[in-house]
Amino acid sequence: MFTEQELAAIEAIMSKYPDPKAALLPVLWLAQAKRGWISEEVMREVAKILGLPPSDVLGVTTFYTMYNKKPVGKYHLQVCTNISCQLMGAETVVGRIREKLKIGPGETTPDGKFTLSEVECLGSCGTAPVMQVNDDYHEALTPAKLDSLLESLA
Amino acid sequence: MERLILRDIPNFHRIDVYEVNGGYAALRKALAMSPAEVINVVKKSGLRGRGGAAFPTGLKWSFMPKDSSKPKYLVVNGDEGEPGTFKDRMIFEKNPHQLIEGTLIAAYAMGAQTVYIYIRGEYLKWINLLQTAIDDAYARGYAGRSILGSNFGTEIVIHRGAGAYICGEESSLMNSIEGQRGYPRVRPPFPAQYGLWGNPTTINNVETLTNVPLIIERGGEWYASLGAPALPGILLYGISGQVNRPGVYELPTGMLLTELISDVAGGVRGGKKLKAVIPGGLSVPVVRADEVEGLRMEPESLKTVGSMVGTAGIIVMDEETDVVKVTARIASFYHHESCGQCTPCREGTGWMAKILHRIERGEGRPEDLDLLVDIANNIEGNTICALGDAAAWPVRAMVRKFRDEFEAYIGRTRIVERALSSALPEPLTVKG
Repeated sequence: MFTEQELAAIEAIMSKYPDPKAALLPVLWLAQAKRGWISEEVMREVAKILGLPPSDVLGVTTFYTMYNKKPVGKYHLQVCTNISCQLMGAETVVGRIREKLKIGPGETTPDGKFTLSEVECLGSCGTAPVMQVNDDYHEALTPAKLDSLLESLA
Repeated sequence: MERLILRDIPNFHRIDVYEVNGGYAALRKALAMSPAEVINVVKKSGLRGRGGAAFPTGLKWSFMPKDSSKPKYLVVNGDEGEPGTFKDRMIFEKNPHQLIEGTLIAAYAMGAQTVYIYIRGEYLKWINLLQTAIDDAYARGYAGRSILGSNFGTEIVIHRGAGAYICGEESSLMNSIEGQRGYPRVRPPFPAQYGLWGNPTTINNVETLTNVPLIIERGGEWYASLGAPALPGILLYGISGQVNRPGVYELPTGMLLTELISDVAGGVRGGKKLKAVIPGGLSVPVVRADEVEGLRMEPESLKTVGSMVGTAGIIVMDEETDVVKVTARIASFYHHESCGQCTPCREGTGWMAKILHRIERGEGRPEDLDLLVDIANNIEGNTICALGDAAAWPVRAMVRKFRDEFEAYIGRTRIVERALSSALPEPLTVKG
């Protein structure tokens, strides 16, 4: 399940905390970095390594929205729709993606390339509207900027 | 005024540039003082927490037990989830070493051997920037064992969040570090007695700690003389929404709200008029345009219109803003982010969102507005943490201050319904 390299990294994470359970969030991040999502199999393995009941790992994984509980597209488009972005046209951003990619929030294109999500405030209120694509922020979006971004990913 | 946090100096984020410009001198100075002296200077400065609650920082530090044999922890809150707030991010990017220096001084003052810096999961870029700065601080002997040859040492660990607004609340943040769901804890016991793994812990906001090196260097009296007496010092104002120049601006506390909107942020976009402003992050009550004149960004002034400084995240709405739509979105946010532990918040936020969305769809009922206020009143004060209040306040303020607009939405529906029913020869179905 986990590579030698990953297991070594998990050891290093655990050494930063007095209690192995505290390594749970960083270990889930590590697992997701490579797989793109957290499967039940991964949860069971993480539970075993950290000495936790699998139900604890499930409880934590499902509490935090950034852990993907099912596979997402190659590009995860996360559009902030909270107030500052709402005031600056987040609805237009979502609408344009719907139109171009024919997917709504929570959906993935049939080719598995794009997943669209509406998310809460990303802390880019001064450069709204913002969309996070995988780990990267794309700020102060305009229709033209959005179009060229989607084209560059297609 | 000379900027002391978001400095004008190029490459100030680099440790060599920071050092050349006097960086880490405050840490040296603090290490030559006793921890109690450091706490006294911070107390004198009048510095208050910048995460929204404005608790006096020096006083908070003094709550940490002095003679405990347990390990002590300092937690830096960089969760920055409050909508309208985007200042910590600027610190990570522009001045990470001043944050690290302030953190080390705080750790010394409280005898904390380990520091966890909690940063929201989405900020991966900024986590990496801060980690680089921390690594540089270690390499130069500012962090780790025996700092600058003294017998004080502390380790700094970044803990990445994973998308939960509630984890900005200090007790759920601690649970999140411990590897649990982010559920707030019942207090007492307070973190200084029973924090991380049951040990003495203090939680401070990123911006709060970034002010500390300035206070140690220039003195508590100097800092206390800046800005508004009730909330002294320097503040990072985040201005967003419909203004010409949104952004983070470093200025003294107590600025006129009109000056911030009109001059600092260049006024409302498109020459439109102001309709409303949320002055301190989404959780504080809205201020109507006719209330703004003369208001200052300090607690006493904002209290006169029932609002607060909060995180100083100022969200500006122009005259064309549909407040019903905005309020429905606000309610959805708190419903989504409620951790589900307390019934009034878990159920109440859902009810408020449901009612507001039905008003938005044109299906509102005349009794809905009083019902919203009633629900808000029953959430407020009845939950373990402040998220309940934070969900209740903005909705109640919106409904009270813009009642006519909500009524228009409900009234409009009724007119349409009447017009339809009179146009039809006879009812097709009887509604239950």
